[in-house]
Amino acid sequence: MAESGHAQAVGPHEGGTRRDFLVLAASALGAVGAGAVAVPLISSMLPARDTLAAGAPVDIDISHIQPGQQIVVLWRSRPIFIMHRTPEELQKLQAVQDADELRDAGSAALQQPEYAKNWHRSIKPEILVLVGICTHLGCIPSFNPQPGGDLGPSWQGGYFCPCHGSRYDLAGRVFAGVPAPLNLPVPPYTFVSDTVVRIGENPAGSTFDLNSVEQL
Amino acid sequence: MDAPRNQSKLVRWIDHRLPIFSFMAHELNEYPTPRNLSYWWNFGSLAGFMLVVMIATGIFLAMQYTPHVDFAFDSVERIMRDVNWGWLMRYIHMNGASFFFIVTYIHIFRGLYYGSYKAPRELLWMLGVVILLLMMATAFMGYVLPWGQMSFWGATVITNLFSAIPIVGNDIVTWLWGGFAISNPTLNRFYSLHYLLPFLIVGVVVLHLVALHQHGSNNPLGIDRKGPQDSIPFHPYYTIKDMFGMGVFLIVYAAFIFFMPNALGDPANYIPANPLQTPPEIVPEWYFLPFYAILRSVPDIWLLVFTIPAKLAGVLCMFGSIGVLFVLPWLDTSPVRSSRFRPVYKWFFWLLVIDALVLGYVGAHRPEGFYVLMGRFGTVYYFVHFLILLPLLGKLERPRPLPISISAAVLKSPPAAPSGKMEPA
Repeated sequence: MAESGHAQAVGPHEGGTRRDFLVLAASALGAVGAGAVAVPLISSMLPARDTLAAGAPVDIDISHIQPGQQIVVLWRSRPIFIMHRTPEELQKLQAVQDADELRDAGSAALQQPEYAKNWHRSIKPEILVLVGICTHLGCIPSFNPQPGGDLGPSWQGGYFCPCHGSRYDLAGRVFAGVPAPLNLPVPPYTFVSDTVVRIGENPAGSTFDLNSVEQL
Repeated sequence: MDAPRNQSKLVRWIDHRLPIFSFMAHELNEYPTPRNLSYWWNFGSLAGFMLVVMIATGIFLAMQYTPHVDFAFDSVERIMRDVNWGWLMRYIHMNGASFFFIVTYIHIFRGLYYGSYKAPRELLWMLGVVILLLMMATAFMGYVLPWGQMSFWGATVITNLFSAIPIVGNDIVTWLWGGFAISNPTLNRFYSLHYLLPFLIVGVVVLHLVALHQHGSNNPLGIDRKGPQDSIPFHPYYTIKDMFGMGVFLIVYAAFIFFMPNALGDPANYIPANPLQTPPEIVPEWYFLPFYAILRSVPDIWLLVFTIPAKLAGVLCMFGSIGVLFVLPWLDTSPVRSSRFRPVYKWFFWLLVIDALVLGYVGAHRPEGFYVLMGRFGTVYYFVHFLILLPLLGKLERPRPLPISISAAVLKSPPAAPSGKMEPA
C-alpha cells in the first residue's frame, strides 16, 4: 500500500490505481449503456414494418400491354416503367454496334441485375422493366417511342428527360453527350407466369438488391 | 454580486437569493463596450431578434399545421386563407428565414473584415459557425414542411447527397427517409426536428454570448481596450444604437412581408408535391445558392491512385466550404485584426464577397456551359482564399501602424477608411 501511495504522489503509473480501474470500468459501462439506449432511438428512424410491407414485391398483370405500349406502376414510391417492345424496336436495339453513341452499351456499370445484363437489358427480350428515374438529378423521363418528331431526325425512339435533356434508348441505355452518367436502373423482377411480372423479387438463385446499384 | 443600489427592498430581497438583477446590471450596465462600434455591429443583435421572431411565429404556426403528406399543403393554405392573421404569421416566418440569413451573413462578413475570429475569440467564432450549421439544417427542414413541389424535390436532391458516401450511403439515405423515398415518415421527422433545432440554436447562442462577454466585442480598429477611456457601458449607448438599427431593419423586413411576400420564394412551391413529376428546375432558396453552386461545380477529382467521383467530391467541397470557417482562426496568420490596417487583405476580402455573390448567381442557373466554368472558378477561388491566401498574407503583408488606443484614434482625426462613413462621429 505504501507503494501505491507513493505512486499517487508522482501521478499515474503503469498498472494504475484501484480508483483508476473503478473510474474506467464505470465509464465503460456508462458508454455501453448510452450506446444501448441509442440503438432503439436510431433504429426507430429506419423504415417501419408497415412501410416495409408496403415495399413488398407487387404482382403486375402485363397481358393487356400491347406491343409499343408502356405502363407505369409504383413500387417503393418509385415509378416503374414496364414496356412491351415491338420486334422492330428490338432489332434497332440489337443493331446498335457503335459503342461511342451510347455511354455504356454493354451495361458494364452495375445498374441492373446480372439477369438483365444483356443487349435488351431484360429477362424476356420484348418486356422491359426499368426504374423511371433519371440518373442525372432524379427527374422522371418521358416515354417517346416514336422516331423523329420534336426530338430531331436522329431520334430513334426511347426516353427523354425534360429536365436537362438526357436521352436513353428503349433499353434504358443512356446516350453519350447528355448530362446523365448511367443507364436507367433495372429493378429486381421475375415472371410468376407468362402474363404476370413480380416487381421486387429476383428469379430463383439471384440475390440482386436495388440499393446496390451505382445510382438510383 | 452586490445588489444594484437604488433598488427597492423587494428587488434586493430577490437579488440576494437569485442574483438576476445584479447579473443584468453586470452584463448590460457595467459591461464595457468599445466606444467606437459602427453600425456593422448591429447585426448580431438583429440575428438574435430574428431567432426570437422565428420561434414566436413558428410556435403559433405549429398550432395550425398538419404534418402529413395528405394534409400538409392544404393546412398551410388554410393558414393563409382561414386562420385569423394566419397569412401574416406565415409571411413573417417565411420571409423571416431569408432575413435571418441576410443579417447572419452580414454578421459573418463583418467578422471576416474586422478579424473578429482572432485570439482570444476563436471559440466565439467557432460557436458562431455551429449556429450557422444549425440554422441551415433548420431552414432546409422548414422548407420541406409546406409540401410543395420544391419542398419535395429539394428534399429529394439534398437527402440524396448522402448516397454519395461510399458503401453505407444508400442505407443512410433510407434511414434519413424512414422509407424508400421522401414520404410521410420523412415529413414527420423533419417537422419534429424543425421544432427542436431552434432551441438548440438558443443554447449555442447563450454559449456564443458567454464567450463574447468574456473578452467583449471586437471593434473597427481591431485593437484591445486599454482602459475605461476606451469603453462606454452597453446600456444605454448601444441599446439605443441597436434599437435605431432595428427600426431601419424592420422597415425593409416589413416592406417584404406586406408588399412582396413571395419575392424571395419559388412559385413552384405553391404546387402540391407530386412524387411522379419533377419540376423543370430544382433550385434551393437563395441563401443556399453559393453552396449549391459549389456542390454542382465540382468534377471528378483525380488523386494519385484513385478518383473521387464528382458527386462525392461535390458533397465534400460543399461541407468543406463551411469546414474551413472552423479552422479560419488558425489559417489567418496575421496578428492584425482589422482590415483597416491590412492594405492587401482588404482587397482580398472584397474579392471573397464578390466570389460569394458570383457563386450565388451560378447556383441559380443550370450547370451548363459558361456557368460550369464560372462555378468551378468560384469554388477554387473560395478555397484558395482561405487555404492559400490567408496563411501567406499574414507573412507577406506589411500592416499599417496601429493606433495607440481606441480613444486616441477616435478623439483625434478620423481615420481615412472606406467604411469611415459607417462610423459614429
